[in-house]
Amino acid sequence: MSKHLNLTLHVWRQKNTSCDGKFVEYPAENVSPDMSFLEMLDVVNEGLIRKGEDPITFDHDCREGICGTCSMVINGRPHGPKERTTTCQLHMRSFQDGESITLEPWRAEAFPVLRDLMVDRTAFDRIIAAGGFISVPTGSPQDANALPIPKENAELAMDAAACIGCGACVAACPNASAMLFVSAKINHLGQLPQGQPERYSRVRDMIAQMDAEEFGTCTNHGECEIACPKGIKMENIARMNRDFLKASLTYRPAVVGGGAG
Amino acid sequence: MSVAEQSIAGAEARGHGFLASSVGRKIVMAASGIVLFGFVTVHMIGNTQAYMGAKSLNAYAEFLHGMLHGGGIWIFRAVLLTATGLHVWSATTLTLDNLAARPVGYRAQQSVASTWASRTMRWSGVILAVFIVFHLLHLTTGQLHPAFKAPQGHEYFAYDNFVSGFKVPAVAAFYIVAQLCLGLHMWHGVWSFTQTLGLSHPRYEGLRRNFATGLTLLVVGVNISYPVAVITGFIH
Repeated sequence: MSKHLNLTLHVWRQKNTSCDGKFVEYPAENVSPDMSFLEMLDVVNEGLIRKGEDPITFDHDCREGICGTCSMVINGRPHGPKERTTTCQLHMRSFQDGESITLEPWRAEAFPVLRDLMVDRTAFDRIIAAGGFISVPTGSPQDANALPIPKENAELAMDAAACIGCGACVAACPNASAMLFVSAKINHLGQLPQGQPERYSRVRDMIAQMDAEEFGTCTNHGECEIACPKGIKMENIARMNRDFLKASLTYRPAVVGGGAG
Repeated sequence: MSVAEQSIAGAEARGHGFLASSVGRKIVMAASGIVLFGFVTVHMIGNTQAYMGAKSLNAYAEFLHGMLHGGGIWIFRAVLLTATGLHVWSATTLTLDNLAARPVGYRAQQSVASTWASRTMRWSGVILAVFIVFHLLHLTTGQLHPAFKAPQGHEYFAYDNFVSGFKVPAVAAFYIVAQLCLGLHMWHGVWSFTQTLGLSHPRYEGLRRNFATGLTLLVVGVNISYPVAVITGFIH
């Protein structure tokens, strides 16, 4: 059996959005290397509850790396040191005995801290609502083979659709830019025939909403690509920029009044 | 109000202006950047005539001033001034947006993928802006050049000004430092403009990195050779 770990946590504690926060030190003793990071925090929280203190608040849901709810910056890296891994899938064997671990929330103007390590990511929902959808008539679905889709496009769309919307790209970006997220959503629809009718209005609307949420802008550092637990590529951002340029060049303002007939 | 209603309200409030948009301003920065790096490349090539002697460089100066009966150089200057203005404007507004996007920083953010060049763009840019002003007052108008020889009629003294200018060690050192900043700025900038204009595909992924590296080494290498050649006495 591998040796248990004793760690020191420096955790950002903040009561609510309007309060000032501060780092508080907690010991995490006798941690099994087979625990996930969130299980380690559960154990620390049980200790805090027994002592009558407030447990550390953090976001989590599926704990199997697909929902995009868990979020925290571990030693300066969103979702911790392992690439293509969410915090819930990070195991304590990635850490050394005696290590100090700093835990911070996602830091962005658009993601206000709700409490401790939990932030409000509704800004992402509003970006999706601005254009991250396709408009189709409801009713029974047509045959799947009625719409031919090249395999390459299907794969590119699936790669982009792997985005779980966790916000690690924003957290990792030195400019708190959401362009990797927005470009993934734009490209997963833009690659497919169902996404074509709204392709160019979508890119304009989603970027306008992204700007309105006061996310930063991309300066091509590449930090987002490394931090992304789903391996979304920066090629998506280039593709989004290309669509935006085309959309801006061919945009026709809506006709007021409309034609008779 | 539902999330959907909030987002539509936000998009309408913001409007759809190209120059108001973050990506629109990035495209302005990329397009003006192409003009500027195109200029420094041509400038570097033109100046290689310093190695061919005084006659050659002075004739080049006369040619530049005589294009289109003297109008050509002003067209060039107008284009460059516009590109510089747009580049500085887009960089400034985007940088301010980026700083506002993260008002509270991390205690220990780790840089994994970013380069020193990418993180210092705003500083290399500011140094280059200062350098450009100095360079114009030094070798174009001569106010900051103690031994400046102004053109007389159709006779230009570009070569003499070039040699006497770089003989001052502090000036030569400043030129070299500015060229190193240009190197950092171009290396990240040339790659970045391909990304901003949407030129990304696995087929030429390696090509755009190598293009940025090759062009940067060529321009900066040749430019640094000028003050070095004067200081060492190779050009005299």
